[in-house]
Amino acid sequence: MAVLTRDETDALIAEVLEVYPEKAKKDRAKHLAVNDQSVEQSKKCITSNRKSLPGVMTIRGCAYAGSKGVVWGPIKDMIHISHGPVGCGQYSRAGRRNYYVGTTGVDSFGTMNFTSDFQEKDIVFGGDKKLAKLIEEIEGLFPLNKGISVQSECPIGLIGDDIEAVSKKASASFDKPVVPVRCEGFRGVSQSLGHHIANDAIRDWVLDKRDGQPHESTPYDVAIIGDYNIGGDAWATRILLEEMGLRVVAQWSGDGTLAEMMNTPKVKLNLLHCYRSMNYISRHMEEKYGIPYMEYNFFGPTKIIESLRKIAAFFDDSIKEKCEQVIARYQPMMDEIIAKYRPRLEGKKVMLYVGGLRPRHVIGAYEDLGMEVIGTGYEFGHNDDYDRTIKEMGDATLLYDDVTGFELEEFVKRLKPDMVGSGIKEKYIFQKMGIPLRQMHSWDYSGPYHGYDGFAIFARDMDIALANPVWHNMTPPWKKTSDAENEAIAA
Amino acid sequence: MANIMIRQAEHGGLSFYLPKRDLEASIESIEFDTPEKWGGELKLDNGGAYYIEPIARPPRLPISLRARRLGAAED
Repeated sequence: MAVLTRDETDALIAEVLEVYPEKAKKDRAKHLAVNDQSVEQSKKCITSNRKSLPGVMTIRGCAYAGSKGVVWGPIKDMIHISHGPVGCGQYSRAGRRNYYVGTTGVDSFGTMNFTSDFQEKDIVFGGDKKLAKLIEEIEGLFPLNKGISVQSECPIGLIGDDIEAVSKKASASFDKPVVPVRCEGFRGVSQSLGHHIANDAIRDWVLDKRDGQPHESTPYDVAIIGDYNIGGDAWATRILLEEMGLRVVAQWSGDGTLAEMMNTPKVKLNLLHCYRSMNYISRHMEEKYGIPYMEYNFFGPTKIIESLRKIAAFFDDSIKEKCEQVIARYQPMMDEIIAKYRPRLEGKKVMLYVGGLRPRHVIGAYEDLGMEVIGTGYEFGHNDDYDRTIKEMGDATLLYDDVTGFELEEFVKRLKPDMVGSGIKEKYIFQKMGIPLRQMHSWDYSGPYHGYDGFAIFARDMDIALANPVWHNMTPPWKKTSDAENEAIAA
Repeated sequence: MANIMIRQAEHGGLSFYLPKRDLEASIESIEFDTPEKWGGELKLDNGGAYYIEPIARPPRLPISLRARRLGAAED
C-alpha cells in the first residue's frame, strides 16, 4: 500500500518543480516519476545518466571517484597514486571503509594516500618527471607492493601528460604492473563513467596477464565481483558461498589482490553484486573466456535464499544439497531476528537515495522487517538499473534520478517517512528535521549488511536509529504545549 | 560505426549492448536468423535500429561486432 495515490504523487512532483525556471523544470521533470509496475522499460517514465543542471545541488561524484574510490582503491596490495593536486586523494582517503586483512604500509596500502601533489610548475612544465620519480620512491619505500596504478585527476587530462609512457617505462624497469588510468574527473556526468574507465583499464592491463599459465582449478570456482567489503560485506558473503561448497578464487575488489584479479579468468562463474560498477568486466569475461555472470542480492533473508538457490542451480547436485543445508541452518537465526525486530519496525516507511545498487537491493531487507520503501532513486544509475527497480518497488511510489538537494528535502517533508537511507551529506539535514537517517553508503560506520550475519546487524541498526529517544525531544521545552508534554510522557 | 555486443538474454531472446553509451536494450527482431546467414537489421525495443553485416551464426554468444545505426539516435 502506497502512502499517496498515483494522482497525489504526480501532484507532489508538479508542486516541487514549481520553483524552477521553465527550462530547468522541463529538464528535471524527466528525472522524477511515479512508479508503475506495468511499465517494462524505464526509459518510458524516467530519464537517467544525464548531465546535472548547473546551479542545483547534485549529490554525484566524478570519474576519479568512480575509479580510484570505488573500483581500484580497495585492491589492497597495489599502490594507487592520486596523480594531480593533493586534495582529491586526501579528502577521499579511507572514507569508504573497504576493510582488508594485512599490515598497512608494509604489504597492504588500502587506507593510505599517495599523491604527486601537483604545484604550479607541474602544470606549466608537465608532471611526467615527477610521476617517474614518485614511482621510483614508492619502489624504494614500499618494496612489497605488487603493482601501481596511476589515477589521473583533472589537470592530467587538461595539460596532456603522457602517463602511459611513464607507466610503461616504470613497469619495464621494476618488472611490476604499472597501470595508467585515464579517469580525469571531468569525464562523463557522474562516477559511473569512472567505473567504466576503471573496468576497461583492468581489462587492458591486468586481466589477461596469467592467460595460458597453469592454474589448479576445481569445478566449483567462483569470483565475487562488485563487492567492496564495506564494513566486511564481502567476508559475510564469502562465508555463505564457501559453506555451500564453492571455492571463492577472487574478491573484486574489496579485500582483493592483484593476483586474484589475474586468476579470475579461470573461474567457472562470476557472481556480480554491484551490477552498475562491474558489469563491464563481467561482460568482457563472458565474451572472451566464456564465463557466465549472474547478478545476486545478499540483503535480507528472502533475497539471500533466492540468490543462493539461483547460484546453486549453476552447479551439480552436491552444491544444491549443501545450499539447502545452509538455508536450513540459518533459518532459525533469521526467524529469531525477525521475531525480535519486526514488531518494533512493522509499517515504518523508508525513503532511499543511494548510489548504484542499493536503491533496489536493500528493498527486500526492509520488507523482511515489515518496513515499506516509499521512494527510491539513484545518484548515477542508468536505464537498466531503473528497469530492474520498477519491479522491486510498490505501485505509485516515488522514483527520483540524480535528485537535487531541494527536491529531496521537499519530498521528505511531504511524504514524511519514518527514516531516510542516504549518505553523510544528507544525514544532518534530515536529522535536524527530526527524521532518523542511516547512511547507506558506509553503513553508518557499522556493517556488514550482506549475508545472514549482515542482516542481523542491519535489523539492529534500523531499530536503534528509529528507537533513539532523541526523536521525542525535537521540540524545545519552552515551545512545548501541555498536549505535547503529555505526548512526550506517553511516548 | 560503433562496437556493439550481442548476448543471450537471461530469459531468452537476444540483448544488445553499446559500450560507448552504456546502452542496453533487448533485440525485438533480427533480419536474418539462419545458421548460414545471421545479422542484418536489428530492431531494438527502445525504438532504435542497427545494421550488422550478415555472418554465419556465431557458435557462441556474446559476440562483439561493428554496427551501423539506422535512423536517428535513440535514448
